[in-house]
Amino acid sequence: MITLTINGLDVSVEKGTTVLEAAQFLGFPIPTLCHMEGLTPYGACRLCVVEIGEGPGAKLVSSCTYPAEPGLKVRTASLRVMRARKMILELLLASCPQSKEIQDLASKHEITQQRFRQEYSDCILCGRCVRMCEEQMMAKAIGFRGRGEKRSIGTPFDVPSEVCRQCGGCIYVCPACSLRCTYTQPEKAICGGCANLSPPCLQKDSFDDMMCYMDPCVACEIKKP
Amino acid sequence: MDDRTVETIVAEHHGSLGGMLSILTAIQSEYGYLPEDALRRMAAATGESLTDIYAVVTFYKAFSLKPRGKHLVSVCLGTACHVRGAPKIAEEFIGQLGIASGETTPDKEFTLETVNCLGACALGPIVVVDGRYYSNVRKNQVAEILKRTREGLDQPRENRRFPLSVRCPHCRQSLMDAAHPIDNVPSIRLTMSWDGDSQPLYLSSLHGSLRSVCERETPAHSITVLACPMCGQDLVGDSRCSECGADMARMTIDKGATLMVCTRRGCAGRRLNLETTPAEAD
Ligand code: SF4
Ligand code: SF4
Ligand code: SF4
Ligand code: FES
Ligand code: FES
Repeated sequence: MITLTINGLDVSVEKGTTVLEAAQFLGFPIPTLCHMEGLTPYGACRLCVVEIGEGPGAKLVSSCTYPAEPGLKVRTASLRVMRARKMILELLLASCPQSKEIQDLASKHEITQQRFRQEYSDCILCGRCVRMCEEQMMAKAIGFRGRGEKRSIGTPFDVPSEVCRQCGGCIYVCPACSLRCTYTQPEKAICGGCANLSPPCLQKDSFDDMMCYMDPCVACEIKKP
Repeated sequence: MDDRTVETIVAEHHGSLGGMLSILTAIQSEYGYLPEDALRRMAAATGESLTDIYAVVTFYKAFSLKPRGKHLVSVCLGTACHVRGAPKIAEEFIGQLGIASGETTPDKEFTLETVNCLGACALGPIVVVDGRYYSNVRKNQVAEILKRTREGLDQPRENRRFPLSVRCPHCRQSLMDAAHPIDNVPSIRLTMSWDGDSQPLYLSSLHGSLRSVCERETPAHSITVLACPMCGQDLVGDSRCSECGADMARMTIDKGATLMVCTRRGCAGRRLNLETTPAEAD
């Protein structure tokens, strides 16, 4: 067992527990975006920042990837953490304001404005779909391509993947796709296609584009001849 | 596409460190770029997922998914070169070649690309053609650079595949065998013994190529004895392979330069020793 201190409270956790899990165990809320239960921590969005250490040595780390260490002192809501978190949320709003998930996070943190150049990306490169596809669907049909500005998600060579089983899992977990319709709120779902085994986007022809929550979307790209 | 090539490359790199990158580099040097079909084959042969391979290929600028010309012109547009006027140089190349950056001329002679810093900032603007660095390039030099490249006056320095001609260090007879060419050049013929079985082994004499042919393949990674087919003496030298630690066989090139080949079957260990040791100079 490892004992660490979070916001002044001692907590003992198993080796291998992340700071995020320890804080959640104590009930301290830490917002997350790229993190998802059942998927390996990835540390892409930095929204889950916490401050560790004391005095001048204190630093910000992403709690979803940071393993609990004996004697570690963690603050989950210090001034510095809140400032960083606000900045990250503003940046997320700047890149993908249409995402319901990002909107909700922003509103929870009372952020109504962002100070950066407004973009409307389809993807925030959180990697949820990639991990979903590899770790839960055992397909590895989609992945990251390119780097820097040109980094994107999709299949190799942008052609329909032979290993995609069209489960729709990637779309289901995507925070940017859940823009217009998402089965995560079943009562608001339009057709329920994504909850069935029949993949939602395969039937896209019978819907108009308005119905589709994401364009371009991974599943559509896969479907394209 | 030659059906065997990708599989052979994968087999040659079996178990070597840095697997994927070295295989990709080898495939690219074979075809000049990375054909989709070759990558699919590589995925099948290595068991890696195509998604991972594609991620690596698109991450590194050194890899190209599009066919490239015979000559690669890289114009640096890094910060230092930029302030020293590199954009003008790039424009000049674009104008003279009639293609945009990232494209290849229709005659497949030149591929033009712009890169961000080649690490020689003080000498900028820097242009690299086929691995040859041109420093402080002026606009009026562009035509000359292209002309020299076209005429092949500047041999590409990056091309590390050149044929060697080797002899037995003991009886001094040539080991070259024109009757069994590999890679379109005469091969090196040795006698390979393993587990009491001796047979001829033909190695590619292209430095940089790891092809070899024998009649009865020995189990992978077995350590063999390589001997001169003429005098029968064991070629084992006093150095060990940096890849796997096995003994290396030694052959003489000219003026005492030596070629060392690992005696382990399938090992990529090869070394070219160009220093002339007085004892061996003849
Ligand atoms: S639909 Fe295809 S790409 Fe998406 S998670 Fe399922 S297998 Fe992977
Ligand atoms: S497509 Fe969606 S889930 Fe995948 S990386 Fe982009 S935002 Fe994340
Ligand atoms: S398949 Fe239907 S329910 Fe699922 S996201 Fe698309 S429109 Fe909504
Ligand atoms: S939730 Fe931890 S970095 Fe995204
Ligand atoms: S900027 Fe051109 S070499 Fe560094």
